[in-house]
Parts: sequence; C-alpha cells; structure tokens
Amino acid sequence: MADLSTDFLGIKSPNPFWLASAPPTDKEYNVRRAFEAGWGGVVWKTLGEEGPPVVNVNGPRYGAIWGADRRLLGLNNIELITDRPLETNLEEMARVKADYPDRALIASIMVPCEEASWKAILPRVAETGADGIELNFGCPHGMSERGMGSAVGQVPEYIEMVTRWCKQYYDKPVIVKLTPNITDIRKPARAAKNGGADAVSLINTINSITAVDLDDMCPEPTIDGKGSHGGYCGPAVKPIALSMVSEIARDPETYGLPISGIGGVTTWRDAAEFMVLGAGNVQVCTAAMTYGFKVVQEMISGLSQWMDEKGYSSTSDFIGKAVPNVTDWQHLNLNYITKARIDQEACIKCGRCYAACEDTSHQAIAMKPGRVFEVKDDECVACNLCVNVCPVEDCITMEQLAPGAVDERTGKTVEADYANWTTHPNNPAATAAE
Amino acid sequence: MGNSPFTPGLAAGRLPAKDLATNFGDLHPPLEHHEAVVAADRCYFCHDAPCMEACPTSIDIPLFIRQIATGTPEAAAKTIFDQNILGGMCARVCPTETLCEEVCVRETAEGKPVEIGRLQRYATDTLMAASLHPFTRAEPTGKTVAVVGAGPAGLACAHRLAMKGHDVVVFDARAKAGGLNEYGIASYKSVDSFAQKEVDWLLQIGGITVETGKALGDGLSLDGLKADYDAVFLGIGLSGVNSLRAEGEDTGNVADAVDFIRELRQAGDLSALKIGRNVVVIGGGMTAVDAAVQSKLLGAENVTMVYRRGQDRMSASEYEQELAASKGVRIVTHAMPKAVIGNGAVREVEFEYTKDGPNGLEPTGETFRLPADQLFRAIGQRLKGAPDGLTLDGGKIAVTGAGRTSLDGVWAGGDCASGGDDLTVTAVAEGRDAAEDIHAALSA
Ligand SMILES: Cc1cc2nc3c(=O)[nH]c(=O)nc-3n(C[C@H](O)[C@H](O)[C@H](O)COP(=O)(O)OP(=O)(O)OC[C@H]3O[C@@H](n4cnc5c(N)ncnc54)[C@H](O)[C@@H]3O)c2cc1C
Ligand SMILES: Cc1cc2nc3c(=O)[nH]c(=O)nc-3n(C[C@H](O)[C@H](O)[C@H](O)COP(=O)(O)O)c2cc1C
Ligand code: SF4
Repeated sequence: MADLSTDFLGIKSPNPFWLASAPPTDKEYNVRRAFEAGWGGVVWKTLGEEGPPVVNVNGPRYGAIWGADRRLLGLNNIELITDRPLETNLEEMARVKADYPDRALIASIMVPCEEASWKAILPRVAETGADGIELNFGCPHGMSERGMGSAVGQVPEYIEMVTRWCKQYYDKPVIVKLTPNITDIRKPARAAKNGGADAVSLINTINSITAVDLDDMCPEPTIDGKGSHGGYCGPAVKPIALSMVSEIARDPETYGLPISGIGGVTTWRDAAEFMVLGAGNVQVCTAAMTYGFKVVQEMISGLSQWMDEKGYSSTSDFIGKAVPNVTDWQHLNLNYITKARIDQEACIKCGRCYAACEDTSHQAIAMKPGRVFEVKDDECVACNLCVNVCPVEDCITMEQLAPGAVDERTGKTVEADYANWTTHPNNPAATAAE
Repeated sequence: MGNSPFTPGLAAGRLPAKDLATNFGDLHPPLEHHEAVVAADRCYFCHDAPCMEACPTSIDIPLFIRQIATGTPEAAAKTIFDQNILGGMCARVCPTETLCEEVCVRETAEGKPVEIGRLQRYATDTLMAASLHPFTRAEPTGKTVAVVGAGPAGLACAHRLAMKGHDVVVFDARAKAGGLNEYGIASYKSVDSFAQKEVDWLLQIGGITVETGKALGDGLSLDGLKADYDAVFLGIGLSGVNSLRAEGEDTGNVADAVDFIRELRQAGDLSALKIGRNVVVIGGGMTAVDAAVQSKLLGAENVTMVYRRGQDRMSASEYEQELAASKGVRIVTHAMPKAVIGNGAVREVEFEYTKDGPNGLEPTGETFRLPADQLFRAIGQRLKGAPDGLTLDGGKIAVTGAGRTSLDGVWAGGDCASGGDDLTVTAVAEGRDAAEDIHAALSA
C-alpha cells in the first residue's frame, strides 16, 4: 500500500491532510478529535496578542450557496481570529502536541505589524513545542481593518519585513499564508521568499457577499439589518486556488518554494490536484466544517488507492508532477487540432449540445430527424462547450486530427510540427520562425 | 354493523372509516417545497424538449420546471396555464408514463424520468392555493358562444373564448360542471373536491355563465343554439356505454362501471356505499382499472378484471395495470363473458377463453366461471345524443382542423369528436384550439 506520509519542511505527518486554521482547530477538544479521526496535522486557529481577545459578532457569522439538494458549494464567514485568551490556547497546544508527537501542529499567528509584537509572541509559541508557525496575512475582514491580516498580505514589503522578524526570533519553519485578494499572487509569494519564509500556504478566503435578502435589502449573513463582506471558501474557490498555487510553483523566482495548498479541498482528488500542481500537502477547512472530521477517511483511502493504481509509492513521487505542463497561452500548440465526437449509443437526445453550439458557439452541430445530433467538422472549432454541457459523461469527446489529415473547417492539412502564437503570422510581435 | 371483506353478498362499510380515508387519499402525495426543488433540478432543460412534444397541450415543460427550480412556482403555473387551463387536473390524472415522462431523456438515460406530473401539480397548487387567477379578459367583442358540455373540452374552450372577450354560456345536462373530472376520474387522483375548486377557479376569469341541468336534445336544440349564439361548441363526451352482449346481463347488480364510479365520486359517506364480496369487472381500459381498484379499496374481498385479449393489448397503461395489481386486483386476460348467471341478481359469470386467430379473436371452447356478487361493464363508452345533421366518423362527431364539424358555426372537441385519445389533456387541447378557431372566425 502506498505511503501517504509527508515531510513538509522537515515536519513529518502520517498523511498530507492538515486542517486549516479555522473553527475546526479552534481548541484542544476539536484537535484531539481530529487527530483521532486521522488528520495528519493541524494549523491551530490564529492566535492574537496577549491581552483581552477579539470579540466576534453574536449573530450569524456564516453565509453559503447551495446546489439544489442543499449541497454546500461555497461558504462565507465574518469570523475573526481566536476569541479565546492566548494563554489558554498555548497551554492546550502544548498538551496536544505532547500527546500526538507524530502529528503536525502549526501555530497560526496574527499580531500587529510591529516588531515588538512578533518578538513578544514568538518565544511563547516556541515553548509549546509546535512544529512551526503560519503567518496569517490573509483574513479579509475585521482584522484587515485593524491593519492586520490581508492588510499586510496585500503589501509585499510588509510581508517581507514581518517574515524576516519571524525568521529572526523563531527557529522552526515559518509558513506565510497568502491572501487571494490581490491581482498577482506571485508578488506576495516572492516577498515571503525574500523575507526568508520556508513555505507559503494559500489561499485564505476571498472577499465575498454570498447573497442579498431581497426583502430586507441586506447582505447575508445579516446582523441587525446590516451585512458586511466576508471570506469565501469551500468547493467554489478551488479553481482559483489551483491557479494561484500553480503560478507560484512555476514562477522562476519562487520555483521550489514549498507550498501548502488550501482552498476547496473536499475529496482525495482535490488534494491530488493541488499536490501535482506543486503543493507539498493540503489544508482543509470547509469540507470538515460541512461533513465533520470523518471526511479525512475518504481522502486517505482515495489518495492511497489512486497512488497504488498509478504505482506511486510515496507522495514525493507525484508532488509537482503537473507543474511543467502549466504554461502560458502563447505557448500552446496551434497545430493541435481536435473535433467533437458524439457517441450516438450514449446520447440521450437532450439536445443541450445543439442549443449551446447553435446559440452561443459555432453552429457546428446538426439536429437531424429523430433527434440525432451530429458534429459538422467543417464548422467545429473544438471549443469543448458541447462536452461541458452534455449531461452524459464521455458521450461527447474530443478527437485529435492526425497530422496529414485535412481540417474541413480551414481546408488545411494538419501539420505535425508544434507551432504557437509567438511565431504565428497574424501576431504583430511574431519572431521569425527561422 | 361489523361488516368485513368476507361478508357475503353486497354490503356497506366493509372497512373501518379510517381505512377508507387512507385508501381514498391522494395516490401521489404533493411534493413539499424542498422535494420540488430537488426534483426540478433533475431536468436538463432539453432543446426542443421531447416532453413538450409529447404533451397534447404542448406545455413548455423545461421552462416551468426551471421556474420552480428558481423559486417562482407561480410563474411556473402561469407557463402551464397558458397552454392548459386545467393543468391542475392534468397534473393529477394524466397518464404521464405514456406521455411526457415516457419520452423524458432521463427515462432514456436512467429509467427514471423527471417527475413532470408531480412538479406540475406543485406549481399549479401553489398558484391556486393563493386563489390567484392569472388571466384577464380582452375588451368585450359583443359576440356570444354556446358551449355544450362542461367537461374538460367545454371548460377549456369557454375559458379561452372568455379571455378573448367573448361572452360564453356553458350548458351541461348534469347538476355539476366538470364532466368526468367530477364524475369519472378515480377518487384517489382528485381528492378534496378538487374538480369543483378548479371549476370555480377557472370561472374567475369572468364572462362565463354555467347553466347546469340543461341538456341538448332535452330542452335545448342545436338549431336553437345556432340561432341564439354566434357560434356553438360541442363537448358532450361519450355518455353511452357499450353492452356486453352476454346472456343474462340484464339481471340485478350488473352495472356500468362509469355509473358505479359516478356514484362513488358523489358519495358523501363512503362507508354507506355497498360493494360486493366478489366483484368482476369486464374490460381492459382505464375505466375498468378504476372500477376494479376502487372496489378493492372499498373492501371487496376478490376483485377480478377480465379482458378478452392479451395484456399487451389492454389500453390501461402498464403503470395502471401495476397499480391494479398492487391493490390486489386479479387480472385475467384472453377471456370473454358468455353468460351472467343468477336468479334476480348476478351470482356467477361464465367466461370462454379466447385466442388470437387469423380473423381476429376466436373462442377456444373452454369455459370457466367466476363467482360474482357484482359485475361492472367497462368495455367502452360511446357517443350518445349527438344532434342530427352532424356527420359522424367512427361513431364520433367528424371534425377537421381545429374542431370544425360538418355544420357551419358548430365546433366539437374532446371525447365526442373524432381524432385524439380519450384523455382529459387531449380534451383540453381540443377545446382550446377550437376556441382559437372560433375566435378567428368571429373576428374575420
Ligand atoms: C372512469 C374514467 C376514468 C378516466 N380516467 C382518466 C384519467 O385518469 N386520465 C385521463 O387523462 N383521462 C381519464 N379518463 C378520460 C377523460 O375523463 C375524458 O377523456 C375527458 O373527461 C373528456 O372530456 P370531455 O370534455 O370531452 O368529456 P366529458 O368529461 O365526458 O364531459 C362531457 C360533459 O358533457 C355533458 N353532456 C353530455 N351530453 C350532454 C347533452 N346532451 N347536453 C348537455 N350536456 C351534455 C356531460 O354531462 C359532461 O359534463 C377517464 C374516463 C373515465 C370514464
Ligand atoms: C469560519 C472560518 C474562519 C477562519 N478563520 C481563519 C483564521 O483564523 N486564520 C486563518 O489563517 N484562516 C482562517 N480561515 C480560512 C481557512 O483557514 C482556509 O484558508 C479557507 O477556508 C480555505 O479553505 P477551505 O476552502 O478548505 O475552507 C477561516 C475560514 C473559515 C470558514
Ligand atoms: S425531457 Fe425530461 S429532462 Fe428534458 S426538458 Fe423534458 S422534463 Fe426536462
């Protein structure tokens, strides 16, 4: 059976599934139960400064969007960092770590952007025996208005500065958690690296309003007639997170910087996708909040089965394996030509492909008597929309035209050679192919 | 007191009142809000949807289902009523398994269609519960139309005409409007006086006067109506019943299934209704199934449906046959009645087996008898009392186009007219289309 254990920055855990810093890791009670359920590690709910803790709203703090059967697709929250005293958290962390030496325990920290604050908290965290720290530069609400969280994460110079302080006053691994509420995720990642970070983790939540109450004219969740933007997470954010992870993984300036992948991980497959795009492990929040700690069992069995099927004996065999295949649009092969193919046996004749192509694409599907749908090769540009809207899996597929075949749409013979936009005659900036 | 399914002969109250209430409750309970949203999410919003084509009234099914999915069942109901003003009844009685749901692509894909009928009921019930009538009348045209028969065909025709601004008078021989919706449909398909509520709701449009207890051929004449109104629509259904042509069928406790059902539908107290211990129903259609099932639900011990041809030829759908079987009705095929035996009242029925021969059905010579305290005939209804002067076709009023009869200014639709299946939804479509044609003729 595959070995799921991971070594992330020298921190060992029995599997790559960690719980992200959030309510699931808010206290000793939760974390013990999470470890019993099989989680490989936890990032403790973000700690704040010594002194009176922050307070949360006393009305609803979550909003959500759902599929028809109330499948939770996206979650939004306006919760702050821990609202329990620092001392309590530190005592609990120390106890848990002592009892679970084989699991990863990371302290998430958010204190004001002043050297003294970091210098004060870091030794105390070190005393707990935690395996490392994660700097919460991501929280997009409440804390950011106090100059912390994403207010820091949006300014690369601050990230670099704070990271440097941490490396100076703390000798175990420092992970910088990034906010996605920024235009180019590579900038904060580079800053973290320059500050000496051992790794980055991403994404934190995305600014969002999940719904508006059309009677009360108020965003949800509603607190006494008002609402504020929250942070979005869960399955809906996964595509955004995957893209950001891949950007950092392939950026020459941050290439090789370890990444902890976060954002919408719900199944083993999601986790595997993050990992092949360069994440050394993953962190999970919403899936645990939706289904409870037990979901990790499916993640473990699924990843293990997939690794066995693929012949990967350890997670390092596949981490980053898809990174070389992430490229820029301009490097995509324009001589790769496909056509949609409809499997008439599998077709249930719903006509969605027809409506989509006829109304919004290239009028490349014919509807014949008896509701027979056929692709017109002379019109099909291979956009994939029919594949995407077809309700039957594998009913419509893309078939590559072999070199030498004629593309009926353009009348041209398919060339075997790779050729991309950079050399295309229509590109004003094209560099001569020769 | 103390009657049970085993009490010999005819007896009332074979089952406790609470069992009767359960038995005659909704066959398909209405969908709850969440169930409806989940059921609606299964629809693929097909292009040129097959379900829509299979619906005789061409309801835009994918659209109304999407309107339910997006939280606007009232708009969904409007989509339904635009095409089918009796969409509430149709949601309950349509044999969807042979119409829209049969061709749903999810039936093709998984053998489990989108629950179109129940979704339609969810939408229409929502709007009707709010007592909203979503249509208003056009400017008065000053034209008047007589509609004979207040069944689905007549009501659909009247509503559409009223909407167009014409004044309509609906005549019906019976005491209540609704036609077979009121007197024929199985009780468990239309509970809580839905037929009457639907008529009242439909009439909210205004411009329609209903005159019950007025029959064509008995007080009213076609010539008289033609003289008094600008157009006439006939939706008189099929009020005649075919006879068995079996020896002795004129004896006691032998009745037409439709009469039994009508009595049952109108019974205030089901525990006062007498039913035999052994009931035999002859026929293989929807009426036979309804009579058989309801006999069983009233507490008859043995109910047997006997059909002269093979099971595959029964006009009752497979679903209806399964329903009958699930209620404990025994279905005997390939047997036809020869004699009704009994002294003053039926005691036994003699049948002869049949087989399919080169010239149709042939008796095999082998006979058998079934004990029967009650025998119901359900071998088809036929046109009765059609006014003279109308051309007939296959025993029905011949129509061309949208219900035009051989007489100028006279239209017909529903069961009494040629063409189309004898279904509520078909009657609605024909009544509606005739109204459009009448409107076009009156506006010319
Ligand atoms: C027992 C039974 C069960 C059925 N179940 C179903 C079902 O589950 N689903 C389904 O889709 N269909 C069902 N049908 C068929 C459906 O009821 C008919 O197809 C439909 O009612 C036809 O509508 P209509 O308006 O043409 O006729 P009807 O509903 O028969 O209405 C005709 C009206 O005309 C009146 N009338 C008749 N003669 C005269 C006259 N001379 N003067 C004045 N008024 C007159 C009658 O009183 C009646 O009110 C069933 C039929 C029967 C008999
Ligand atoms: C209620 C809630 C509270 C959170 N609090 C924190 C926090 O204190 N510190 C932090 O770094 N991230 C916090 N997060 C963000 C999560 O750790 C995680 O980055 C995000 O939810 C994306 O992962 P997911 O899609 O698996 O939920 C919080 C998320 C939620 C839903
Ligand atoms: S056929 Fe079925 S899936 Fe397609 S539109 Fe109709 S109800 Fe929806």
